[in-house]
Amino acid sequence: MALDAKIPEGKMDEKWSDYKGHVKLVNPANKRKLEVIVVGTGLAGASAAAALGEMGYKVKVFCFQDSPRRAHSIAAQGGINAAKNYQNDGDSVFRLFYDTVKGGDYRAREGNVHRLAEVSTAIIDQCVAQGVPFAREYGGLLSNRSFGGTQVQRTFYAAGQTGQQLLLGAYSALERQVALGNVTQYSRHEMLDVVMIDGKARGIIARDLISGKLERHFGHAVLLCSGGYGNVFYLSTNAMGSNVTAAWKAHKKGAFFGNPCFTQIHPTCIPVSGDHQSKLTLMSESLRNDGRIWVPKQQNDNRKAVDIPEEERDYYLERRYPAFGNLVPRDVASRAAKERCDAGYGVGTTKMAVYLDFADAIKRYGKIEAGKTGDHSISDADAIKLGKEVVKEKYGNLFEMYDKITGENPYEMPMRIYPAVHYTMGGLWVDYELQTTVKGLYALGEANFSDHGANRLGASALMQGLADGYFVIPYTLGNYLADEIRTTAISTDHEAFKQTERDVNDRINKLMSIKGTETVESFHKRLGKIMWDKCGMARNAQGLTQAIAEIQQLKKEFWSNVRIPGEIHEMNAELDKAGRVADFIELGELMCKDALQREESCGGHFREESQTEDGEAKRDDDNFSYVSAWEYKGDSDWALNKETLEFEIVKPSQRSYK
Amino acid sequence: MEHYNMNLTLKVWKQKNSSAKGNFENYQVSNISSEMSFLEMFDVLNEKLIAEGKEPITFDHDCREGICGACSMYIDGQPHGPWQQNTTCQLHMRAFKNGDTIVVEPWRSKAFPVIKDLMVDRTAFDRIIQAGGYISVNTGNAVDANAIPVDKRNADEAFNAAACIGCGACVAACKNSSAMLFVSAKVSQLALLPQGVPEKETRVLNMVAQMDKEGFGNCTNTYACEAECPKGISVINIARMNREFLGAGLNDEG
Repeated sequence: MALDAKIPEGKMDEKWSDYKGHVKLVNPANKRKLEVIVVGTGLAGASAAAALGEMGYKVKVFCFQDSPRRAHSIAAQGGINAAKNYQNDGDSVFRLFYDTVKGGDYRAREGNVHRLAEVSTAIIDQCVAQGVPFAREYGGLLSNRSFGGTQVQRTFYAAGQTGQQLLLGAYSALERQVALGNVTQYSRHEMLDVVMIDGKARGIIARDLISGKLERHFGHAVLLCSGGYGNVFYLSTNAMGSNVTAAWKAHKKGAFFGNPCFTQIHPTCIPVSGDHQSKLTLMSESLRNDGRIWVPKQQNDNRKAVDIPEEERDYYLERRYPAFGNLVPRDVASRAAKERCDAGYGVGTTKMAVYLDFADAIKRYGKIEAGKTGDHSISDADAIKLGKEVVKEKYGNLFEMYDKITGENPYEMPMRIYPAVHYTMGGLWVDYELQTTVKGLYALGEANFSDHGANRLGASALMQGLADGYFVIPYTLGNYLADEIRTTAISTDHEAFKQTERDVNDRINKLMSIKGTETVESFHKRLGKIMWDKCGMARNAQGLTQAIAEIQQLKKEFWSNVRIPGEIHEMNAELDKAGRVADFIELGELMCKDALQREESCGGHFREESQTEDGEAKRDDDNFSYVSAWEYKGDSDWALNKETLEFEIVKPSQRSYK
Repeated sequence: MEHYNMNLTLKVWKQKNSSAKGNFENYQVSNISSEMSFLEMFDVLNEKLIAEGKEPITFDHDCREGICGACSMYIDGQPHGPWQQNTTCQLHMRAFKNGDTIVVEPWRSKAFPVIKDLMVDRTAFDRIIQAGGYISVNTGNAVDANAIPVDKRNADEAFNAAACIGCGACVAACKNSSAMLFVSAKVSQLALLPQGVPEKETRVLNMVAQMDKEGFGNCTNTYACEAECPKGISVINIARMNREFLGAGLNDEG
């Protein structure tokens, strides 16, 4: 199948306004007759549901959590980018566009990214109008900071809780539409399939997680805003409930999956402490501004950090990348940490961690503070005391969180950190209008593949979620629905609804009837280990081939030996989880397949066969400058479709941080 | 920090569904690491129960980093357990010692009916927000974000109130099951910002009316809510809401 991304003609900076100027519209009287289903209530879902409700569409919104406010966008810490140029430091829509394409290692579509940069400014206006309490300066205007190595200050933030404040803003807009009767809200509901009628998505089958009953819901269009799939690795910074199920069901109904192997590994997370670990916690990237990363020069060094003298420490990022040092991009920092630990230099009980040390920063800040009062001969001990106060002001909440989780005081000893799965750039393939390869089925936010290429810049996920929901889908969906005004609501007694419900029901019964001996959690852990070892930060053909075989074996065992307690018609968290893990297993196989065919190192992932002489990632634009869009053909069977990427404006170059 | 292992007795509330009668069940867990989180200790227990062919314990949880507000356990008589300004998911087992007995219950409030075991229905909070916890601005109507400067002190106070995660610990802590801390946090956040001023009177009246309708109790100033709030939301917000409410009520009379 030929993929048409439907990028409008014309100059890059005129495409979106041209599109908006010519797109079909739906008149208000007809909007009331058109029903839209939104699955997921994170930034993309809540903003889309609210915006579409405001426009007059009849919206139904679904989330598996007990309230839309709990969607995992809430946990984003750092901030949201926007090309406002409030700091007068030379930022512009073009620069944000350029940085995003480059940061994505030239694997994103220019047209989509330019639109994202254009609408970024309106997002900030909208959020402020809703009462989102962004950080402000004493003059009362908004504050910005730089983030993730960019040279301009374009990141808006609300302490370390930006995601929470943005989501609560979108949630309140959504609840307002619920109160006005424009949106109906279904919490503790999980989408379990898409209903297809005459080649178009016309509704979903959802399960009420409290009663276990299946429900049929009609929609003229279905929007999937169901987030990313990082939990395929079992351990990630995602919430426990984050899952791929909605997107996976859509994939099996004909929606292509784009770049599934593109995952982002965040370098600064609290390391795994033991087998019981259920999730990983991020420590904001901002810590790398002041912390120095090191490991002992000697392998298997069991001394405490403080007992290792300066000359026996290896500040490996500063050594390998003198130009950027500890501030190299996420993927480079992550890989370097893994390399040291794999070579036997790791620290802590599990030896899978490196130090992030603030001792120098504390001393330096202390001396600067003393210098302000004219004291240039302060003792080291006094400087450390003063410096701790400064560091507390900058990173106090993060240090406290680290202390809470590990029981260690990072003011006194270095933090231990290790990379962890954080975000998935891959997702359902969508065109410029955010429509998947299934008519009437759209994917927004992290659930789609579109804007971040092979690596996402910091503070861009929140921007994309809200861009898609508030400012893109309200236009592009109208272009589809304008041709649907003659379609009256289809009864859920239609045979397609009945059949899809039967299929969902059969699968649940099948899961419950296995009555094996191994728990869902155990299967999930085994899958995660395969994925992390063989399809994580570094991959090679041999490992990936093995991983595919192991996953196929795991799938067989799962479907013959999983044990799910309880009943179908009750709140049954194990059954919910079993359905999600079954989908993760299938996705895992596709991810390995995708990684296997992409014989280049690119963005967040490192293909061991494709590296430079000194061991750095080597991208291969001649052979891999395309989006991999996988088409589901049947059990363990996919066809690869390619969308060739063309770069009109930003010319691909090899990244170097030396 | 030195870690250690411990054996514990858990007394956990079990209730099949909202209409069933519940009771405490005793469970033994062994070799629990002090490095585990409280919920990871429950994961271990649940895995053991499933292996033994028994029903695992149902509880709400999601982000496990203290921000989504899903987790909600009443541990040894305190919402979210013994640590201050902390959620259940961030409570770690080094708070306990070998041989301890730990009692775990769901949030107790008429307005939060039990769904199963430790899981309760908090949709009342959504309905209170629906009654007015927003600023009525449609998408695309906004002026430039810097067109309205906001006094930094007000902006910071609004932020402090907005830090509420909607977990319901305030209700669980209160002997009257009052939701005043939750409601006042939202009322305060929006009343402190110029964008929220045009609707501030209808907002407070409607949100309080919905709060009463949901069956939450009155505030008798014991401040248990503030003491147990995982995000340190201040009772000053309640005072502010009372002032807003009185003012709005007087205008409403006119």
